[in-house]
Amino acid sequence: MDTENTLSIAKKIVLSILKYLSLIFFAFVAVLPLVSVLITALKDDEEYATTNVMALPQHLNFANFAKAFTTANMGRAFINSTIILIVVLLVSTLIGTQLAYVLNRFKFRGNTLIRNLFLFATFLPGIAMQVSVYEIMTKLNLINHLYGYIIMMCGTDIISIYVYIQYFENIPTELDESGIMDGASYFRIYRSIMLPLLKPAIVTSCILKGVGTYNEYYCANLYLQDKTRLATVATSLYTFVGPLGSQYNMICAGVIISLLPALLVFITCQKQIYSGLTTGAVKG
Amino acid sequence: MEGKVKVQVNEERSFSKWFTSRKTQRIITIACFMFIPLLLLFTFTYLPFGKMVGFSFYKMKYIGERTFVGLKNYKKVFSEPEYFSSLKLSFFYMAGALVQLAISLYLATVLSFKVKGGDIFKGFMFFPYLINGIAVGFIFKFFFTRGFVFDTVLQWCGCNVDKLPYWLRDQGVNNWSLAGTSIWRYFGQNMVLFIGAIMSVDSELYEAAMLDGCNKWQQFFYVTLPNIRTVLFLNVILSITGSLSAFEPPYVITSGANGTATYFVKMHEVAHTSQKVGQASAMAVVLLIIILFATLLQNVLLKYAFRDAEYEGPEQNVRKKKTRINTAGKGKK
Repeated sequence: MDTENTLSIAKKIVLSILKYLSLIFFAFVAVLPLVSVLITALKDDEEYATTNVMALPQHLNFANFAKAFTTANMGRAFINSTIILIVVLLVSTLIGTQLAYVLNRFKFRGNTLIRNLFLFATFLPGIAMQVSVYEIMTKLNLINHLYGYIIMMCGTDIISIYVYIQYFENIPTELDESGIMDGASYFRIYRSIMLPLLKPAIVTSCILKGVGTYNEYYCANLYLQDKTRLATVATSLYTFVGPLGSQYNMICAGVIISLLPALLVFITCQKQIYSGLTTGAVKG
Repeated sequence: MEGKVKVQVNEERSFSKWFTSRKTQRIITIACFMFIPLLLLFTFTYLPFGKMVGFSFYKMKYIGERTFVGLKNYKKVFSEPEYFSSLKLSFFYMAGALVQLAISLYLATVLSFKVKGGDIFKGFMFFPYLINGIAVGFIFKFFFTRGFVFDTVLQWCGCNVDKLPYWLRDQGVNNWSLAGTSIWRYFGQNMVLFIGAIMSVDSELYEAAMLDGCNKWQQFFYVTLPNIRTVLFLNVILSITGSLSAFEPPYVITSGANGTATYFVKMHEVAHTSQKVGQASAMAVVLLIIILFATLLQNVLLKYAFRDAEYEGPEQNVRKKKTRINTAGKGKK
């Protein structure tokens, strides 16, 4: 008995050591490229030219950041990206949750068809489609306007719909029924019962959709052609392609600036995401 | 939103019985809630899709005359070796995507239960997903440059720098490098989605499984896996289609140079550099058909795989019997 116990304890310890080693390894892999970029961004031209990229900078030097910020006109870009992000998230959360509510709670002819239409849409090669989307955007006079780009980005993507539907599946239908018994309209049920319960899912998919929107550069490049007025944070980095392409210390500073807001939002929202994910599971 | 409620209330009074019936309300709710998403879906997905199919039969530029050429564009996709052979590069990304899914699922399973510093690990691994594509391009151009980050780390591990390949230039490795950047970027995001799905599994199921004496492995197979299969399935589809239509890593890191031009990078060139819109559309349609076929295959395979999990009881018995028979057979020999 005793030997068996010690054996199983030893096995547990070895397994948990392996578990933590694997976690540390993947965290290191994720962080390494970013750390190297940060190190380089802090070096001045001379130090960058003479030291190894992984050698820590002798003294902190923030001049690269200012240089990158003005060179790429990032102030304007941040304003544009903020506007785009806020509107797109509001609209797509609203229509995404409403769609998921209808698809999950109502059985009607065409329900599966609509689900399949959204699923099928993900198979369509997005970048190739822009050839013909471009024509439609031109006809609707949506090119070179922030609102045009925003409208295009509002289409709900299948990932968030699936996340919502999964959450709906775990919200007991008794809640709907009690709402109906109290004489609430379907809209009221959606608004007052479902939406609050969906909060964790909304947070999660807002992060996903938000990141997608903030990072989107292909369509932004195509439909917001006026780069001095309409550049987003992602497309402003295009400034560094070409003749500036070898000044890695400035480029790295630009890269760091472009991901700072994401980092800030992530640090502040992280708790919300995770507590949302844990408390989002069924209660009752 | 409040406005809509008030309008509904007013109308209910005036329309009296007809409107107050649940059936009518139901139809109105369905119509209201689906109108905008469906309109957007139509305008930015299905309408352009239809047009794209149409374009593929024409010889055309963005502006100017269009001449109908029938299937000529399609024939070219298959006959010109540079177009079709670039699809082979998808295998690198497909292999990468499978590795990525396995890593994510493993990490999600580990991190869904109590782990010291779990949130920090989660945060570090998820963060690469928050970086925009162009920044990722710069980061990895820098990362893989000769004598820079990756080479330095390998040197720490005892590798000789002179023997290392040029990660983005040597055709033997550059596609693996690019697929690796894609894993780096997305494994954390996949992991968070999986954690979300695992967390939404009814915790009573785990308690029941524990009472029945299931070990962690059995819990994973019979409780977690069947319950997250919607999201898992979706992610498998997305990574397969994603690898067939791999575009971003070669586009932002190597610009498709040195044999890294995937099918989509080629198509982008055809559409925007040489402005052969019809040809590019035909390439897109061909890829779409391949993707659909792959998905169908995937679907069938996954249904087969999940069959076990769904009929847990009898299947287990059968397995036990099978092993018994096997051991019996071995005994005789």
